[in-house]
Amino acid sequence: MRVPPQIRILPDGRRLHMQHGPIDLVVEATGDPATRLAAYDAAGRRFATVLDELCGELSLLRSPLRPDGARPEGRVARCMAEAVAPFAAETFITPMAAVAGSVAEEVLAAMLAAAPLARAYVNNGGDIALHLAPGAEFRIGLIDRPDRPGLFGTTTIRAGDTVRGIATSGWRGRSFSLGIADAVTILADSAAAADAAASIVANAVDLPSHRAISRAPARTVQADSDLGDRLVTRDVGPLATPEIDLALARGVAAAHDLARRGLIVGAALNLQGRTRVAGTEAGLLSACGPNNPKGPTILGFVPHLPKVASGSDRESRRAAFVEHPLGAFR
Amino acid sequence: MPQDPGPVRVDDKIRCDACPVMCFIRPGASGACDRYANRDGELIRVDPHVVLQHAVAGGGTVVPFNASAMDWDGNIVGEPQAFVTAIGAGTTYPDYKPAPFIVSSEIDGLDMVTVVTEGIFSYCGVKVKIDTDRHVGPERSLVRVKGEPVGHVSTGEYGSQMLSLGGVHHLTGGSKKEGRATCDAMMELCNGGAVELTVDDGVTLIVQAGRPPVVNGVPEERMRVGCGSATIGMFAKQWEGKVDEVVVVDDHITGVLSEHQAGKLLGIPETGIKIVGRRSTPGRYFQVAEPGTGWGGTNIQDPLAIIGAFDPKTARPGLSMLFTSTTGEHHAYYVLDEALRPVEQELPADLRYSVELIRENCEPALATVLFMGGAGGSLRSGVTENPVRLTRSVKDSLTVVTCGGAPVYVWPGGGITFMVDVSRVPQGAFGYVPTPALVAPIEFTLRLSDYAALGGHMDQVRPLSEFRNAGDHRRQVPQMSDNPWPLAHDAARRLHA
Repeated sequence: MRVPPQIRILPDGRRLHMQHGPIDLVVEATGDPATRLAAYDAAGRRFATVLDELCGELSLLRSPLRPDGARPEGRVARCMAEAVAPFAAETFITPMAAVAGSVAEEVLAAMLAAAPLARAYVNNGGDIALHLAPGAEFRIGLIDRPDRPGLFGTTTIRAGDTVRGIATSGWRGRSFSLGIADAVTILADSAAAADAAASIVANAVDLPSHRAISRAPARTVQADSDLGDRLVTRDVGPLATPEIDLALARGVAAAHDLARRGLIVGAALNLQGRTRVAGTEAGLLSACGPNNPKGPTILGFVPHLPKVASGSDRESRRAAFVEHPLGAFR
Repeated sequence: MPQDPGPVRVDDKIRCDACPVMCFIRPGASGACDRYANRDGELIRVDPHVVLQHAVAGGGTVVPFNASAMDWDGNIVGEPQAFVTAIGAGTTYPDYKPAPFIVSSEIDGLDMVTVVTEGIFSYCGVKVKIDTDRHVGPERSLVRVKGEPVGHVSTGEYGSQMLSLGGVHHLTGGSKKEGRATCDAMMELCNGGAVELTVDDGVTLIVQAGRPPVVNGVPEERMRVGCGSATIGMFAKQWEGKVDEVVVVDDHITGVLSEHQAGKLLGIPETGIKIVGRRSTPGRYFQVAEPGTGWGGTNIQDPLAIIGAFDPKTARPGLSMLFTSTTGEHHAYYVLDEALRPVEQELPADLRYSVELIRENCEPALATVLFMGGAGGSLRSGVTENPVRLTRSVKDSLTVVTCGGAPVYVWPGGGITFMVDVSRVPQGAFGYVPTPALVAPIEFTLRLSDYAALGGHMDQVRPLSEFRNAGDHRRQVPQMSDNPWPLAHDAARRLHA
């Protein structure tokens, strides 16, 4: 019972929603109706084959790439491999760490090739590729937890900034994390770069062998996870404030290192209600709510946790996309 | 239909075949998409399946996507299947004859029949939910149309006031004029029209399904974000350090930041404020004023009316204070002078942001209309020779009940009494007969074999193909995007809440 790609305009009449297997994209382009339709048409055409292309070399993409080994061939797959390459020497990472951001980037590129757009984004479950024509800007809001809709930060990204990608990672998110951050949000020059870096920084926010943290081999949860028998975080109990700060400091150090190497622009790290920001343009992330006269236009990156109706204790994890105003989760 | 071999199993794992990722899923776990899971060895879908094939357009909410030029495999909209609704089907009241149409179709390899009839509902009413905190009138007050009683004010619910209109007593239990006014008002509301209602000792309302209610000539814009106390809890952090005191005026529970638990947790000092009204728990006050159409559903126009003199032991000159309603619609900012009297000043920019955030978090206020009708009577015999078996089959979820193709809630207990959101029923679906009574579409869909078992009119069953042509006075309308497809294989369980 193969389910083909599903593509539709959302009920607001503005946004395009595309889903195929594990990929969920919400797309919006700003422009006159004909331009927008042309962009959405291109997005749909490109999206239709993305998952099949990835699955064609899935086992390669699920292994760490060796300098002398086989390289992936697909456009999206190559983008994934490039995004994780800077980290390959120092840690275990597979191209899958950048799959969401790379898909978002690819679909955005297809839209831009088809139509001149003032502004567009492709949001792949919280990993977002942005396009900004000169003079355009995006107002972005960050939420730490969906059950408490409070902003922990907002930022405005302008055409003049280098930021074109945003990604969020954390153990509450849809993908596994080796760390304990509730959410690490990364701003980077591309969505693929942000996606890979978010995993690295989220993994660094950690308290190894702390009793309040339960972990399980990834393979026991998802049989074909690229993380194999590595321990992934399943639950984090309440931590003392100094412990939270220590874990966050480890993440901040990792983020600073990535920023210094030019791999990211900024990072916001969240753990049990405490937030730290880091990076060369950390100021982008610290302009918090109340001083902005208008609400943000995108509030993203919310890991939301619907219960799976399967009777298991595993919670379904899907990063949700949230848009202005605060309440409109989907 | 070719036999689907089903997913491959390895040990206790299932290899999902829903997408090319082909995840191996352990028992109790879900695949990479979180949409499919392994429950006790069975591959199940864990989120509601959006049946896109049937959702072309509806109610102006979904913009049709230009699929014709596309050449990808994934279909946006497949070949639409047809479901014959009862709208305009006619009826055979009293239904001792078979229903006008008994249509058979094949779905998932099963023969299904849909019994299509328009029901004459002498027993029917309309429940109206009006999103407003304004006082529309005391409970039990009569609701009138052009002077005739057509219903009454029912309960106050979350952010809304309920009206109960119609019912057999107004339809046929009173004067002829009352019955006609009731019937007209219900039909108008059910068909999406606007009706002006007056409440004894209350307000004048203009109500239209899916539109903002108009209370005393003023369109309601937003529902409150929560009660006054909840508003304090939600926004306390936003106010911390920007203002000394916040009072959220609400007819139900007025909240005071410095006394409220949320303020205490943030260490916000006491301000010496005194609120009139009955204190419930710290920082939460009942009955600060009378209900009305002013601030937060109270009758007050000047928020200072709900506070007394400040306690000079605690208060100090320069203390700042924000008053807001639970929708952010009303707000005012004061600073205490040397004599500890509040002097109104312009709202600082960062506080304006918080008031706007309250507004943003308030959902649009709507009037919504549910039609409620009972198909317990003779209508059933148009469907089957043994009417009570139809009732049982509905209760057992073997038979799907729909109203113009829209999902209904079937009330538990005796009879087939259902409620339907009129905005999900195609336009112009409701009619009337001079009895007076409302005419509403109702369809029963079940397996052909079940239909035979409950004594159905098997000789009347006609194939779906006879209804395919748009000609002979038959109108084809797209299924509304949010409505489940009535012929889906587990529709009975999904459609009946």
